[in-house]
Amino acid sequence: MDNLLAELQEIFRDIFDDDSLVLTRESSAATIDDWDSLTHTNLVTAIEKRYKVRFALGELQELKNVGDMIDLIQKKLAAK
Amino acid sequence: MTIAEYPLERLLIKRKSIRKQLLERENLKVIRIAVLGGSTTNELVDLLEILLLDSGFRPTFFQSEYGRYYEDAVLEPEIVADFKPDLVYIHTGIQNVQSFQPVACTEADFPSFVAAELSRFKAMWTSLAAAVGCQIIQNNFELPAYPTLGNLDSVSPGGQSRFILELNRQFAVEAASNPRLIIQDLCAISGQLGLSNWFDPERWFSYKHANTVEGSFAIASSVASIVRALYGRSRKVLVLDLDNTLWGGVIGDDGADKIVIGKETPVAEAYTAFQEYCLSLRERGILLAVCSKNNEEIAKQGFEHPDSILKLEHFSAFKANWDPKHENILTIARELNLGPDSFVFVDDNPAERSIVESQIAGIAVPDVGNEVAKYASIVDAGRYFELITLGKEDLSRAKLYEENAERAKLEQKFANYGEYLDSLEMSAEIDAFNSTYMERIAQLTNKTNQFNLTTRRYTLAEIESTVTDGNHIGLYGKLTDRFGDNGLISVVLGHQTADTLHMDLWLMSCRVLKRDMEVAMLDGLVARAKDRGIRTILGYYIPTPKNGMVQDHYEKLGFTLVTTEEATTSTVWSLDVPSYQPRTRHIRILEPVHG
Repeated sequence: MDNLLAELQEIFRDIFDDDSLVLTRESSAATIDDWDSLTHTNLVTAIEKRYKVRFALGELQELKNVGDMIDLIQKKLAAK
Repeated sequence: MTIAEYPLERLLIKRKSIRKQLLERENLKVIRIAVLGGSTTNELVDLLEILLLDSGFRPTFFQSEYGRYYEDAVLEPEIVADFKPDLVYIHTGIQNVQSFQPVACTEADFPSFVAAELSRFKAMWTSLAAAVGCQIIQNNFELPAYPTLGNLDSVSPGGQSRFILELNRQFAVEAASNPRLIIQDLCAISGQLGLSNWFDPERWFSYKHANTVEGSFAIASSVASIVRALYGRSRKVLVLDLDNTLWGGVIGDDGADKIVIGKETPVAEAYTAFQEYCLSLRERGILLAVCSKNNEEIAKQGFEHPDSILKLEHFSAFKANWDPKHENILTIARELNLGPDSFVFVDDNPAERSIVESQIAGIAVPDVGNEVAKYASIVDAGRYFELITLGKEDLSRAKLYEENAERAKLEQKFANYGEYLDSLEMSAEIDAFNSTYMERIAQLTNKTNQFNLTTRRYTLAEIESTVTDGNHIGLYGKLTDRFGDNGLISVVLGHQTADTLHMDLWLMSCRVLKRDMEVAMLDGLVARAKDRGIRTILGYYIPTPKNGMVQDHYEKLGFTLVTTEEATTSTVWSLDVPSYQPRTRHIRILEPVHG
């Protein structure tokens, strides 16, 4: 769980090219400045590739923040 | 490993930092590309940017607002024109086709539906040609992912597959008669990936991405290869190792009769197929060279094997010795008069690949692994040899270089160089730019890097306008000798202000170096300058990393140095026209037709 948060932080740091970015479960598009719709697509695609999971249509719209995303990834990994 | 070979996941995550690193490199060629898209194009453009940076370009992009490719091209082309693109890429997919016929469509009605779609695209190309005037890359279309008529879909006049196939054919016909239009074969690219890996409905519904990220990457790689080809950066030479690359086994140990080639075993068939692939590249103008750690005499025996597809005469250079491979490759580059950055090196040995890649800047060394069955597809995936047009030039190039090699042998037998030049029985056609050669002239301005005084690149439209404005003297030169026709190999272009002619361009193909062709071009230029009352010709030399060979070009031609610009070391040279006497001694000049 903490692992996943740390790994996601690495991915976020790379994609936003910002080594000082600190990710918490509460992080969201509202708290991260550059998180626009284009970066969002990049993030989702990168996460799908990295963890070899697929987000179904509509699943992502339900998510409020990074914590929700972590829970969803974990659910998918557990189901594999 | 090149950027193009990175795992896609890594490229996606590390894109920003990779981009930053690539931007730090020097001598990037600035290029402006307008992408008019029928879907969200950001991902495609992000990937294209990285691939172009990796190929030595520094691209700036304009992207149409979502889905507004048609509006930008036809209704408001000035928006595109204001961006001043060097290239427009119209990126559309099957989702953008508007005139699909109803499934009940009859054979008689079918053509009008296709014609309607074609005319929509023709309107875009015409409008962009008028308003922007640059090259257009237009993709054709992928087949439908879910052909509702099944196998009948490509047969019935109501089938969408049939519609796409016919539309693609008509795009090809259009491109054949329109030199500004380059077709990107999306149908083939999507087929290679497989339509189920190409289109992802979730990405379409969520983000209006017309493709999977793998699809975007394949499209970006293909556009990058077209851009490289347009700017003369496609590769020209395939350098091959021998043992376990062109045949199985080690010829020095096993003997020429024991190498694995032919049709007797699956492995032998695979080596034969790879040799056939190499030969087919040679037939379309790619030069082949051997670079192998071997005894030369024994190595050559491999090509006398009755099953060997490749014969010695197919190689433009042959280095089999025990020197380091990168040194041999640099020697080959000198012999062929080509930059090693136009080379692709294929070797099954990772250690050799690694040293060549690290020692020779710009050479492409694909990671071909060591399974011969995969070599051809890995080389092909690099899209190294992309071409815009397939001219007679390309088809006979390998032969030209062979003839060059013969000339080099001949050269050694003469008492002096003039005697040698006379023995070549050269004749030159030097004439004003005319419609027959406009494309070749524009092409030469874009691909000549070494013998090029100003390295100014011209589009077809820009070359054409130098003729119509009446203010330029533009000459091309073709050279024939007893070994064959070298084709159109030199271009000079100057513009007149009062009684002075300023040389905008002076270039020549390196395959006719040291043939006095530049003297013949100067004679032709001065004669025409005299007719126009010009008293002074000013020559300009603008140094680049590649054109050092012509820094004393004007000096050799008898010009006097006027100025040297301190910062850039550019030089300006002057020639007095009235006192000039023709100097060509060794080339017969044919009577010009166009002036």
